[in-house]
Amino acid sequence: MGELRLMKGNEVIAEAAIRCGCDGYFGYPITPQSEVMETLMTLRPWEDSGMVVLQAESEIASIHMVYGAAGAGKRVMTSSSSPGISLMAEGISYMAGAELPCVIVNVQRGGPGLGTIQPSQADYNQATKGGGHGDYSLFVLAPASVQEMHDFVVLGFEMAFKYRNPVMILADGVIGQLMEKVELIDQRPRWTNEQIEEISGDWATTGKRSNRQKHVITSLEMDSNTMEQNNLRLQAKYNRMKDEEVRYESIECEDADYIMVAFGSAARICQKTVQIARRKGVKVGLIRPITLFPFPEKIIAEYATKVKGFLSVEFNAGQMVNDIRLAVNGKTQVEYFGRMGGIVPTPDEVELALEQRFNN
Amino acid sequence: MSVLTERINEIIKPENLVYAKSPLLNDDAMHYCPGCSHGVVHRLIAEVIEEMGIQEQTIGVSPVGCAVFAYNYIDIDWAEAAHGRAPAVATGIKRVMPEKYVFSYQGDGDLAAIGTAETLHAINRGENIVMIFINNAIYGMTGGQMAPTTLIGQITATTPNGRNADLNGYPLKITELIAQLPGAAYVTRQSVQTPAAVRKAKKAIRKAFEIQAKKIGTSFVEVVSTCSSGWKLTPVASNKWMEENMFPQYPLGDLKDSGRADADLYRIKG
Amino acid sequence: MAKVRGAVVVDTEVCKGCNLCVVACPTLTLALNRNVNNKGYHYSYMENPENCTGCTNCSTVCPDSCITVYRTKTEH
Repeated sequence: MGELRLMKGNEVIAEAAIRCGCDGYFGYPITPQSEVMETLMTLRPWEDSGMVVLQAESEIASIHMVYGAAGAGKRVMTSSSSPGISLMAEGISYMAGAELPCVIVNVQRGGPGLGTIQPSQADYNQATKGGGHGDYSLFVLAPASVQEMHDFVVLGFEMAFKYRNPVMILADGVIGQLMEKVELIDQRPRWTNEQIEEISGDWATTGKRSNRQKHVITSLEMDSNTMEQNNLRLQAKYNRMKDEEVRYESIECEDADYIMVAFGSAARICQKTVQIARRKGVKVGLIRPITLFPFPEKIIAEYATKVKGFLSVEFNAGQMVNDIRLAVNGKTQVEYFGRMGGIVPTPDEVELALEQRFNN
Repeated sequence: MSVLTERINEIIKPENLVYAKSPLLNDDAMHYCPGCSHGVVHRLIAEVIEEMGIQEQTIGVSPVGCAVFAYNYIDIDWAEAAHGRAPAVATGIKRVMPEKYVFSYQGDGDLAAIGTAETLHAINRGENIVMIFINNAIYGMTGGQMAPTTLIGQITATTPNGRNADLNGYPLKITELIAQLPGAAYVTRQSVQTPAAVRKAKKAIRKAFEIQAKKIGTSFVEVVSTCSSGWKLTPVASNKWMEENMFPQYPLGDLKDSGRADADLYRIKG
Repeated sequence: MAKVRGAVVVDTEVCKGCNLCVVACPTLTLALNRNVNNKGYHYSYMENPENCTGCTNCSTVCPDSCITVYRTKTEH
């Protein structure tokens, strides 16, 4: 068993990054996730593991530093919150286009605009539908606990390199600020140059040696036929993710008449709602998507013929509900309940919404 | 065979070779317009890398603009950056591979307009990189629009009546600004319109790369350049226009050559 | 007395006829050819090869790296 600690979600991102052998973090302060970089600067990993930590002049610079370092085959990451992620959209699109691995943490706050520093899940569409320009997808993980904040940093780097694709950890202010018990992995070494050569030696900018062609990190292609092939290659990769990497948690769905779908901190609230509803005699289950892209559409489609309805519970105006509707494809009723502006609903409030939406 | 041809062929022998293209430049014809300064600067960078023997240790960062395809011509590893972000990309590369030589290559729009923040902050951090800045006072690739360095009165596609200070502000002397930054080690302004100027510019680029190994801050080489297509002049007339109009505003020479500043000058008292 | 003699070889298909080498040539060796290459450029060539000293001014200013220079000393 690994070391157990009581930690804040944001702090554990930093701890997990160091322990999994991350090579670099480039970031810019923004509430509610500033503890990530503060923790890194306090832990000074450059003295031990050699991990680089740099406070950039903006989120734009941060993500492009990640672009450069990821292009060199290194395991690098950044973290921010909603307005900062909007600024990073350019770099994220370039990274998706150049097929660069990295981990991006978004501890969401309410929007639009400067919005609020309170928790939100209003960046669901931005995260799962690309967010920047062009046809691309991120691999999106939605942690619902401090333990998952830790685990998804490790898993995120694994997926990023498996698919040569940016990975987003889509957390929210609740998970970022929450303190929970967490089991930490043991310190792993950073990759050696030889390991990088083995893993990314056919594309990374490690310096052109005479025995190979030069490597160019770019998303640019002027020939339309080649560019379309590039697009098709990306789409094939995203389809592979859909086939192989869907992750979700299913809670009391087997006998359910109604299934709630919720991710992140909303799912924690819904877990309690399941108990409240069942005490009242209503058979309610919960599907918690862990990967938001790829979305667990198959399991939802399977239940669509068995249940009387789905309720999408989100801290936004109803974004994931559209993906549920697509998966359900008209086979059963799909409703939405959510709060905005940084308000986190209570389990009773969600239970009331269930009753109202489905006239129980 | 004529006597003349015979005499020429006597000279054209390997033992008489005094100049040939660097093997780091590939055989593809460059996409630049006739007379474009980019070609000369590309060649100088390739020659410096070759002469220093650092091909395997050098990573270039190309911009958005005419030089976006710089990676097609010099046989080293490259990262192509988003518009203006080359200094951030170069920072990322250099920070995780401090033993490598990293340089960025940018035009005036990329470096002094959209990427001003990335430019100034990379240098202010004293990143141990080389930054090459091609200043031709116009946006070449998008078709000759006003650049931050466009001169007052200069006609461009977006200043059809000439740049007007009331409307468009002033030419940005970003290199003078950069020379004020404590993180800058070496700041120089060069040109490549004559053989003598080219030789000086090459020395400056070589010096910039050598400074990188000393880890004493950022080296910044501006090359005042021409854009004959954008200026709507012949290459020869462009050189003359540059000498007459650009040089008074962007005077050549070293602006700083003292290495990064002593941090104690900026330290709190206690 | 030894005389420095030179010659240049222009890669005529890479040359874009920018004329910068012609202007930079101190011995009036170079000129743009009346003929054009496959891209339609009047490429540079040695109009007066006997003038060439192999000084490399042309290759130094050439933006397309299409000039190779040779130099030798001959006895009169």
